[in-house]
Amino acid sequence: MGKRIAVEDSHAAALAAKMANVDVIAAYPITPQTHIVEELSRMVSDGEFDAEYINVESEHSAISACIGASAVGARCFTATAGQGLALMHEILFIAAGNRFPIVMAVANRCLSPNINIWGDQSDVMSSRDCGWIQIFAENAQEIFDLLLSAFKISEDDRVLLPVAVNFDGFYATHVVERMDLPEEEEVRRFLPPHRTAKYKLDPDRPLTFGAIGFPTIQFELRRQWEEALCNSKQVIKEVWQEFGRVFGRHYDVLEPYRMEDAEIAFILMGGSCGTCRVAVDRLRERGFKAGMIKLRLFRPFPKEEILEATSKLKTLITVDKHICLGGLGGPLFNDLRALFYGFQRQINVAGFIAGVGGRDVRVKDFEQMFEKVVKGEVSPEKHIFIVRGES
Amino acid sequence: MGEARSEVEEKRGKLEAPLKEGWRKLPHALLIFEPATSLYYYTGDWRTFKPVRDRSKCIACLLCWVYCPEGCIYIASDGGIDVDLNYCKGCGICAKECPLGAITMVEEEK
Repeated sequence: MGKRIAVEDSHAAALAAKMANVDVIAAYPITPQTHIVEELSRMVSDGEFDAEYINVESEHSAISACIGASAVGARCFTATAGQGLALMHEILFIAAGNRFPIVMAVANRCLSPNINIWGDQSDVMSSRDCGWIQIFAENAQEIFDLLLSAFKISEDDRVLLPVAVNFDGFYATHVVERMDLPEEEEVRRFLPPHRTAKYKLDPDRPLTFGAIGFPTIQFELRRQWEEALCNSKQVIKEVWQEFGRVFGRHYDVLEPYRMEDAEIAFILMGGSCGTCRVAVDRLRERGFKAGMIKLRLFRPFPKEEILEATSKLKTLITVDKHICLGGLGGPLFNDLRALFYGFQRQINVAGFIAGVGGRDVRVKDFEQMFEKVVKGEVSPEKHIFIVRGES
Repeated sequence: MGEARSEVEEKRGKLEAPLKEGWRKLPHALLIFEPATSLYYYTGDWRTFKPVRDRSKCIACLLCWVYCPEGCIYIASDGGIDVDLNYCKGCGICAKECPLGAITMVEEEK
């Protein structure tokens, strides 16, 4: 058995990279992610583990350096947030499309303007279509566990895709929480100390990554990538099942809360799930059949599991921390309505946008959302903003 | 200088054959396991203007060799330069950079 520690969530992320025995870390500091790479830098400098720590001049270079290292078979880690993720944007596609297993921690932060360092999901949602596996963690334990398992998922020959593990800037990164830290031997039973790269640059066996893709072949390449990303869901589930067997903590693509007889339920991702649980409890005390679905895996989108989890619901309340500006609301709202429409499911989807730019999403905000649904104040064609005053 | 055009086209056909089988049979991430396959693709086919050297002016300084982005300028048997027209895209940098004006870009007709 390992030990129970109190740890800042950022340091939980750093510990996961250390225990995964990463070969290369390339990162650039950016609030609210800085503590992760600062801690890793300290660990490497103090000789706590042997890794190449590359001080790059930007996030564009950080992810590029990870690609280079990954191409020669190294296990790579980086971390970023907000503008940093945006600066990586074009390289995110290359990392995924050329199928490099890289693991990245993203401390979700609002994209400028105005200058805002606080947490929302506008950074990750603007990188939504980059072809990465995208996972959301709620607390220190999940950050550690999901990052550790991300290496195993990413490096699986059936997957070979980069994985981003997202968690709330500040609400997660800068808090100290309780966490069970496993022993090294336990981790080694789950994740081998080094990556076995099926495809890597080797002068004795020449290989070209990312050659030109003419219009005659690029479509097929994209189709293959889409298939690999969708198929990764099965491997993700397998890896998390194995994680459960080794460490005794069980994860799945989504986590229902008080859903057994629920009629109206929330669905959301990240740290606000904790607040939402309290709101669900209060609503239950008031006699409402409320529930919550925590979505852990966002890409590939777990369609079947969501359909199953929502099969008895009357209304699903989506809580997005990002606005698809000029579009039809938040990303979850859009995905879920499209999903239900496609399967001709009679379920109302009530879209709420909350917590933008680090605005606190309080228990009473969730209760307010619920009340609006109960009172019939939510129309199917409109999403509602939880801002001060008029929505 | 490169191989005969027919040989190159055969090699290219062999390399590209698996790509015509549909996306399910596409090699993983379209990785290429054979080195130097860009030689199988004649970028010279893109060309509109070809460089023509005036032997009386050329002093074989090889600045054109330095500047050619395609690497298709070679030292000819007379000590001057020769261009591999299979790969020359006709960009005209060699003509622009030649200090003696010994290279002229001439429109090709096909």
